[in-house]
Amino acid sequence: MTTLLPETDRGGGPGAHEEAFDAAIAADERIEPRDWMPDAYRATLVRQIAQHAHSEIIGMQPEANWITRAPSLRRKAILMAKVQDEAGHGLYLYSAAETLGASRDELLDKLHSGRQKYSSIFNYPTLTWADVGAIGWLVDGAAITNQVPLCRCSYGPYARAMVRVCKEESFHQRQGYELLLALSRGTEAQHAMAQDAVDRWWWPSLMMFGPPDDASKHSAQSMAWKIKRHSNDELRQRFVDICVPQAESLGLTLPDPELRWNEERGHYDFGPIDWSEFHEVLRGNGPCNEQRLDRRRRAHEEGAWVREAAAAYARKHGEQDGDGRTAA
Amino acid sequence: MTTSEWPLWEVFVRSRRGLSHTHAGSLHAPDAEMALRNARDLYTRRSEGVSIWVVPSSAVTASSPDEKDPFFEPAADKPYRHPTFYEVPEGVRHL
Ligand SMILES: [Fe+2]
Ligand SMILES: [Fe+2]
Repeated sequence: MTTLLPETDRGGGPGAHEEAFDAAIAADERIEPRDWMPDAYRATLVRQIAQHAHSEIIGMQPEANWITRAPSLRRKAILMAKVQDEAGHGLYLYSAAETLGASRDELLDKLHSGRQKYSSIFNYPTLTWADVGAIGWLVDGAAITNQVPLCRCSYGPYARAMVRVCKEESFHQRQGYELLLALSRGTEAQHAMAQDAVDRWWWPSLMMFGPPDDASKHSAQSMAWKIKRHSNDELRQRFVDICVPQAESLGLTLPDPELRWNEERGHYDFGPIDWSEFHEVLRGNGPCNEQRLDRRRRAHEEGAWVREAAAAYARKHGEQDGDGRTAA
Repeated sequence: MTTSEWPLWEVFVRSRRGLSHTHAGSLHAPDAEMALRNARDLYTRRSEGVSIWVVPSSAVTASSPDEKDPFFEPAADKPYRHPTFYEVPEGVRHL
């Protein structure tokens, strides 16, 4: 065997393979790229990991929008590091998808043609500097809540990518929180700007956990395969419970009149989510869907000459010096 | 020319002196030099490494998961390769 890529056609009856797969899942062992796996498991993972990767790189746009206008050099350096991290997250995830036999170009093509989705949260605009804070605190916060359990996902490469991502995300969330805190404790206008950003980002952040459990079509199978460890509603509740006291410390309110502690449940109750908005944005009718995809396609097309030049250079020099360096 | 025509590289990072390189992940790059640079930006943004290897994925020869049992079996019936196999009388020290 001379490849790390998955083998799709291997000897032995499918029965034995399926048994080995089921046993590995039951024993909480990880599935690795070259193991046999059901086609539907592979397809589910490719879809989920691709969507996750797309979200990371599209997510660079709303924040990058503020890099040139960051209010200080410190904030600018932080924001650049964060946006660069998100590019890295995209790359970890595309690599993970490739271990399943998907090709990078094919995935990008599906993003560009709208055949694969990205998280609908990134179709909202970043209207003020405070939005950078609200995104770090709420959007990265929701992403962390989603991603921590994915570190134990049954598919090894995805789980390992998530470990790396989660380590990096905590800085994202903290810088956002710190930014909002500075505004909240600032002038009246700054405080109002922070409050306005939180008001706009709160509900879309709750939608990031996906449809309610009774309407989520892929959830049950993904839980059985241990790709997913907790239901959408469970994670959403966990996020709300974490955020309420954090908002209090910020001196900001969350835009939900029904938000209150439920002694009996040991959780915060919260108001109904407007799922019609979620589906509208998902359908492509959010405030920025078109802008985000246009920008992505343009970046890809305008970068083509760089990719071509690098490949031409590699071809030319590969022929000349085949020596390389020794590993040490 | 598209990225998929750029070969895939496996990246190994030595996190500190005294430790061996471990697999960190993979990436696409047109040549080894660019693979190294990309690996630095992708896998060591927080000083995670002091040394990086990049290896074309196509150069890796891997054992097949299907051969798992027969391939690794020879080690299974040789418990005498482990120190715990041996009985040491009570009171004997530094052994
Ligand atoms: Fe990220
Ligand atoms: Fe992030």
